[in-house]
Amino acid sequence: MGSYIGRRLLAVLPIFLFATFLTFLLIHLSPVDPAEAYLAASHIQPTEELIAQKRQEFGLDQPLLVQYAQALMKMCRLDFGTSYISNQPVWDEVMLRMPATIQLAFSSLLLAVIVSVPLGFLSALYKNGVIDQISRLLAFFGASIPQFWLGYLLIYFFAVKLDLLPVQGKGTLANLVLPSLTLAMGLIAVYSRLLRTSVLEQLREPYVLYARTRGLKEKLIMGKHVLKIAFSPMLTGLGMNMGKLLAGTIIVEEVFSWPGFGRYFIEAIFNRDIPVIQCYVLLSACLFILCNLIVDLLQMYLNPRISWKGRTES
Amino acid sequence: MIARRMRIGLKSRKTALAVTVVLGFFILVTVLAPWIAPHDPIQVNLAHKLQPPSWEHPLGTDHLGRDTLSRLLYGARYSLGFASLIFLSALGIGLLIGTVAGYKGGIVDSVLMRFCEGVMAFPSLVLVLGLVGIFGPGLAQVVLAMVMVQWVYYARMFRGMVLDLKERNFITAAKISGSSTWKIIRRHIIPNVLPPIVVMGTLEIGWAIMDIAAMSFLGLGIQPPMPEWGAMIHEGKGYIRSHPELMLYPGLMILLVVVTFNILGEALADRYGVNGAFERGRIHDGKTAQRIAGK
Repeated sequence: MGSYIGRRLLAVLPIFLFATFLTFLLIHLSPVDPAEAYLAASHIQPTEELIAQKRQEFGLDQPLLVQYAQALMKMCRLDFGTSYISNQPVWDEVMLRMPATIQLAFSSLLLAVIVSVPLGFLSALYKNGVIDQISRLLAFFGASIPQFWLGYLLIYFFAVKLDLLPVQGKGTLANLVLPSLTLAMGLIAVYSRLLRTSVLEQLREPYVLYARTRGLKEKLIMGKHVLKIAFSPMLTGLGMNMGKLLAGTIIVEEVFSWPGFGRYFIEAIFNRDIPVIQCYVLLSACLFILCNLIVDLLQMYLNPRISWKGRTES
Repeated sequence: MIARRMRIGLKSRKTALAVTVVLGFFILVTVLAPWIAPHDPIQVNLAHKLQPPSWEHPLGTDHLGRDTLSRLLYGARYSLGFASLIFLSALGIGLLIGTVAGYKGGIVDSVLMRFCEGVMAFPSLVLVLGLVGIFGPGLAQVVLAMVMVQWVYYARMFRGMVLDLKERNFITAAKISGSSTWKIIRRHIIPNVLPPIVVMGTLEIGWAIMDIAAMSFLGLGIQPPMPEWGAMIHEGKGYIRSHPELMLYPGLMILLVVVTFNILGEALADRYGVNGAFERGRIHDGKTAQRIAGK
């Protein structure tokens, strides 16, 4: 098991290097000269001399690979440069906004799990029953509805019409409800169906039949055996959906004026604040890689048989 | 005819009919928008702003006095048009690179596939946004960024299929009979990999529409005054209290089109044995392609 974890970590390294290189390359693909962008953003009249000076300061006159190595070293020290707009270190700005995004992501993830586990489980147990039909409909619309539109629909019904919940802002629990619900909808759609399929698959396994012949209580079979194993694909889905969740936070933060990292990222895009853009893209890739790694390891821990079988095949 | 061919895949004739009608309607609207729209979609008329529905303006007017119905009809052009453009471009590039990588193998394959894996390490929408940030906001940049990110998923998928096909007897036979590599790819490989891709594509167009709309909503893609559905929601959001219909209609259009494409895609997937695309797939950012291309 130790060697497996080691191998997985080693496998992540080249992907990580590639991801950093790609984000690094983005800046050099850009038609905008960072030195000029910096000067423009600081409202300094760019002269030849100043640009040359800034270029040297940014190390832009060095060969590409040297620049990359330097950038990589800096990234390892969490130095992502300074924002063109605020002139503050990007990392500080990010840390300021990160908690809001994490709070949003976690609360919607929690909501998604709370809703989709019983929903998926019950719709598998009572296949084609009322709950199954409802969950099918929910899943279908949840997967097809544009997130930003759903956000506004919720605002319209719960904030404008019923006047129950606040439209925007952050702080109280009530502020968290609508953004989380918006973000959770798409996840609920995927997870509930995923769990349903996997529970149905498990129910056909011989061990369920065996447990039943042994006279175990149905509750015990479901709770202790089926649900535990059926979780596995859902967990994979959880890891792979991190990207969707992340992209979702950008949109939801924009709709609800949530002061998080995603909204900061969009602002940076409009301002051409390249260090911030780079930092966001890189961090999201790292998060995505890390989450999938954690999910894989967790899965191996929960269900060694299945995960090992999967590994040896690939 | 389409309805008849799809009947087997779809659960019932009724669904098949509904899907065909809705899709046919949207394609018709896309093509005929300039002739059926009652007004110019970008003609500002402040004297008629925020009007309720009337004979003159069946769905009322927006905050600049533009006819909502005309804007919705033209919106189909932008949404469907650009989604198809992105899908086809990404598909084309993916087909070329995936086929070459799969067929050639060796170092070419390794380099290309490592590159693809690298791109896949990013959440796709985040990478698209990053590219747009670098290129600058604008429709052309958004389209370019989306193609640049999407082709990777198709390339992986094509490569997997080609690897599978390469070992088949008819390819060996073609080789023995002296066909050139290019001819084998063109005559034997591509016709065999294309049909399943078309199935996947139906699902992906729905997603492309949603992504384009999301970009326009963020203000990065199609810029006002152009009547794209996402951009219309963006413009209508300020009037949510007094005129919620301004953001309601375009959203409904997106929902309707995406649902239709999803139903169609699911049905086609069932029929062609790419099973459970909707229930089990769509894990990674709606990239069914990746699941199939997976290891």
